[in-house]
Amino acid sequence: MLQLKQITKVFNEGTLDEKVALKHIELSLQPGDFVTIIGSNGAGKSTLMNIISGRLAPDTGEVVIDGKDVTTMSEHDRARYIGRVFQDPMAGTAPNMTIEENLAIAYNRTVKRTLRFGVTKKRREFFKETLATLQLGLENRLHAKVGLLSGGERQALSLLMATFTKPHVLLLDEHTAALDPARAKLITDLTKQIVETNRLTTLMVTHNMEQAVQLGNRLIMMDGGQIIFEASGEEKKKLTVASLLQEFQRIRGSQFASDRAVLV
Amino acid sequence: MITALFSSVEAGLLYALMALGVYISFRVLDFPDLTVDGSFVTGAAVASVLIVGGVNPFIASLAALGAGFFAGCATGLLHTKGKINPLLSGILMMIALYSINLRIMDKPNVPLLQQETVMTIITKAFQRFDQALATIFPFVPKTWAIIVFGMFLVAVVKVVIDVFLKTEVGLALRAVGDNKKMIASFSGNTDRLTMIGLGLSNALVAFSGALIAQYSGFSDIGMGIGMIVIGLASVIIGEALFGAKTIVRATLAVIFGAIVYRIVITLALRVQFLETGDVKLITAMIVILALVVPQMVAARAEKQRKARKRGAAVASTQADYESV
Repeated sequence: MLQLKQITKVFNEGTLDEKVALKHIELSLQPGDFVTIIGSNGAGKSTLMNIISGRLAPDTGEVVIDGKDVTTMSEHDRARYIGRVFQDPMAGTAPNMTIEENLAIAYNRTVKRTLRFGVTKKRREFFKETLATLQLGLENRLHAKVGLLSGGERQALSLLMATFTKPHVLLLDEHTAALDPARAKLITDLTKQIVETNRLTTLMVTHNMEQAVQLGNRLIMMDGGQIIFEASGEEKKKLTVASLLQEFQRIRGSQFASDRAVLV
Repeated sequence: MITALFSSVEAGLLYALMALGVYISFRVLDFPDLTVDGSFVTGAAVASVLIVGGVNPFIASLAALGAGFFAGCATGLLHTKGKINPLLSGILMMIALYSINLRIMDKPNVPLLQQETVMTIITKAFQRFDQALATIFPFVPKTWAIIVFGMFLVAVVKVVIDVFLKTEVGLALRAVGDNKKMIASFSGNTDRLTMIGLGLSNALVAFSGALIAQYSGFSDIGMGIGMIVIGLASVIIGEALFGAKTIVRATLAVIFGAIVYRIVITLALRVQFLETGDVKLITAMIVILALVVPQMVAARAEKQRKARKRGAAVASTQADYESV
């Protein structure tokens, strides 16, 4: 579904600030894989996400989605294959537009935009049904401006908008990190439910180790621009936060350093 | 006095098209586009030169619309592909258009007084109607033609904008002004959308310029100076007076804003102390007031609200003491 071949990215090459963000990353996701990524600060998680989504171009290597090499494809063209939810709940929606207008924009991720109305009667029904699955009552507020929603509601809407058109690959970039614990749990549960029902191929970056252990069928640990540990299947199921931390210390010989990591 | 007000409504309607253009760039795209000062004249110049050359004035006006579209796209190109800051892209295009406009007109001023223009054609077609109205109304303007034509034209343009902003492309365009990162993640080509938006905006501005040239009987290289501020004044006054909750309401507000602006200027110029040359200063003052006064009103209301709350809190603590 998603293949990364020998991805390397260096920032500020040839200067004193040179930073190798990614070193020869190899990763292959099967259809339906749900991979969680953890790692200390500056491990290259965000860079990896940006390279897959097309915000950044890799120095070397290829990004392949569904057998198609998309390495040089622009961000907006690539978006036809990729659904994304950002860390900032404000980033994934347009605040001055209504809920239904936001959904209409998301609907056009895979379909070319025309001069037909964005919100039609038929689509409104569809939007209502889809929103109802969130169980937040948003289906009754189709005409409310998204800026009026709470952070949790906005993030739930962002998640829905990124997924209801069934992307080939779903990228979740610490999408619960900016929410309070109750909201974070809500979004985590929704994520689990949506990914499972739609069998979406998903890549999720998280700082919450508990979340990384609980969700998904594969787990990747990154450090210094490399994948240093990987677990899947039965091995992944047996993982605990404590065993992960031990693993990290064994490999790196140092403490897991992240000021934002939530360990429990 | 009434005649002066009447003609300020006429002009206001024609300028409203320009204001709607500014609304698209300034509010919908969130792009303060200074191209307007140049593209307004481009529209006037293209239309005038074509009319003098014998082209049908309606077609000449549409050609002006097209010229404005290209000017706007050029600004968009500077910003998106050239990565130049929005204000600077507009200024560069504005200054470039000054020379281009001179080239189009070949001189700083093209008179249209002896020419057949959209205005003369409409007025002629309205003769009968005018005569009929003259018997009903005690007040007799030169003609009702321009006001009726202006209303019709502005209404059509308004409805087209309202509908367009609800289409799939229109929604994407609004999202560019609202959240660029978001629309890019939903397959929106922000560069292309910005160019289309600025093109449409300046098309309206140039169209307005073409009509104003025909209305006032000349086009002049200096007629666009400060046009962006007039456009902003119309948008801001309109929104302050009539609200901007929905698109339909906002576009209507902008149209009324353009008319109110003209009326205010007309009234201001009747003050003995002020001269015609003061118009730009008055315009700047109006915009400043329209921007500052609502803030001050809001701050005052907030202060009063807090004072009330504090009063209530003090009263309740006193009550507590007394009960103890």
